[in-house]
Amino acid sequence: MTNAVANWLAAHGSAATQAGRRLASAPLNALLAVLAMAVSLALPAVGQMLLANARGLAQQVAPTLEISLFLAPDAGRPAAEEIRRRLAAHRGIHGVRFLPREETLARMKGAEGLGEVIDALPRNPFPDAFTVRPADASPAAMDALAAELRRLPQVEHVQLDSAWTRRLDAMLRLGRLGILLLAGLLGLGVVAIAFSTARLQVSTRTAEIELSRLLGATDAFVRRPFLWAGTLQGFLAGISALTITLAITLWLREPLADAARLYGLEWRLQGLTAADAMGVLATSAGLGWLGTTLSLRQFLGNIR
Amino acid sequence: MIEFQRVGKRYPGGGADALSDVDFRIEAGELVVVGGHSGAGKSTLLKLVAAIEKPTTGAVLVQGQNVGSLRPSAIPFLRRNIGLVFQDQKLLFDRSAFENVMLPLSIAGFPRQEAGRRVLAALDKVGLAGRERAMPAGLSGGEQQRLAIARAVVNRPALLLADEPTAHLDADTAAAVAGIFLDFHRVGVTVLVATYDRALFPGARRLNLDHGRLQ
Repeated sequence: MTNAVANWLAAHGSAATQAGRRLASAPLNALLAVLAMAVSLALPAVGQMLLANARGLAQQVAPTLEISLFLAPDAGRPAAEEIRRRLAAHRGIHGVRFLPREETLARMKGAEGLGEVIDALPRNPFPDAFTVRPADASPAAMDALAAELRRLPQVEHVQLDSAWTRRLDAMLRLGRLGILLLAGLLGLGVVAIAFSTARLQVSTRTAEIELSRLLGATDAFVRRPFLWAGTLQGFLAGISALTITLAITLWLREPLADAARLYGLEWRLQGLTAADAMGVLATSAGLGWLGTTLSLRQFLGNIR
Repeated sequence: MIEFQRVGKRYPGGGADALSDVDFRIEAGELVVVGGHSGAGKSTLLKLVAAIEKPTTGAVLVQGQNVGSLRPSAIPFLRRNIGLVFQDQKLLFDRSAFENVMLPLSIAGFPRQEAGRRVLAALDKVGLAGRERAMPAGLSGGEQQRLAIARAVVNRPALLLADEPTAHLDADTAAAVAGIFLDFHRVGVTVLVATYDRALFPGARRLNLDHGRLQ
């Protein structure tokens, strides 16, 4: 068993070495194919990078997502205290802030032009209020929480400014869909490039393939170096695509940070996350393998 | 070792039969020369043994196996037991002599170190000791033929097939190359050679083909 594994490893080792040598023997061809694949991969990768940044920026720019609760004007302090306790114990709520009506009145009096109006009123028009920071800020969760809070006793009004987050969420989802579409189309292009590269390699190695078969090579033996070459090429294309993405990130970082500073934001463009980068590498190697496999199925059978 | 049972072969669209009603038997350890005019079917006969072609009628048995009915996935393993010397040699010109001879061993999955020793031994046996780094294009015609033989025997096959191994060689070189086959025969290898120069293989049993028929 260990012997079989060792043989298998040795076979793949020598196939991989051979694949590397094949790529090196026609460096210009390999380079052009890798470059074409890399550009195709870099576009969705850059898109993903920008989208992730947009998401982060939106969260920074968006007012902290809060739900406001206004009690009935005659609710009274004990009722308010009871509600505060229930909110604090609620698992869907991360933070609670109590705004006593007196405080609100004082703050409003200080506001330009409002002082006199408020003084003219017979009594404090403001109710006790709470602001609540939900644990889950997704629109659906916020809606559900707001509905639940509306059912609390003495709560007269619950205000939830979710329209903005909904719009943002829809935009981001649209962007994600666009990137997926782009990635799908360009991924197809990568497969096509790998396909034709493998075809070219097969055609330049017809004699060797034919001879190997005459000397007792199995299909797997003939296929292995091509598959390695295709996968390796895809992997190199992935690395190039990540390099391109990194270059674009670094290139945009300063100008974008300057622009953000004009809006009073301390914000830096982030590169792809490690998980996304791994995804790009795995995808590119996988697409290289796929294109090569399809190509070999098509063209290797003809050589006997 | 090899048995042909009323074998016929017709190539698709080829008109006349390349072989018809060929019936013979070769025992292990024999040296057999297949003679006949050009187009008599010598190459076809060898190709049937190595499962490069399938018989149209009859059966070809090699080491007890019916070669014509082998599954495609079993053919590689049959070929690893047969040393093949092709009419056109089929050397790889982008690889050294060493790498050319190494190919059958890589295919068979030999450990690299032992394989290397075997390659050198095979090159030595055909008189190419010290030339392992040479590229085939830098070898003379006779040396190229020796290289092709080294590649055929490096696996130590029990059966050696050669298609016109001395064609295009001058008389002295041809005799030297034929001598290599005689040496292998002497150590017990079954040797089947297609040639029109039968004088080079004295003592060999003869099969003579004429328009696809054994005489």
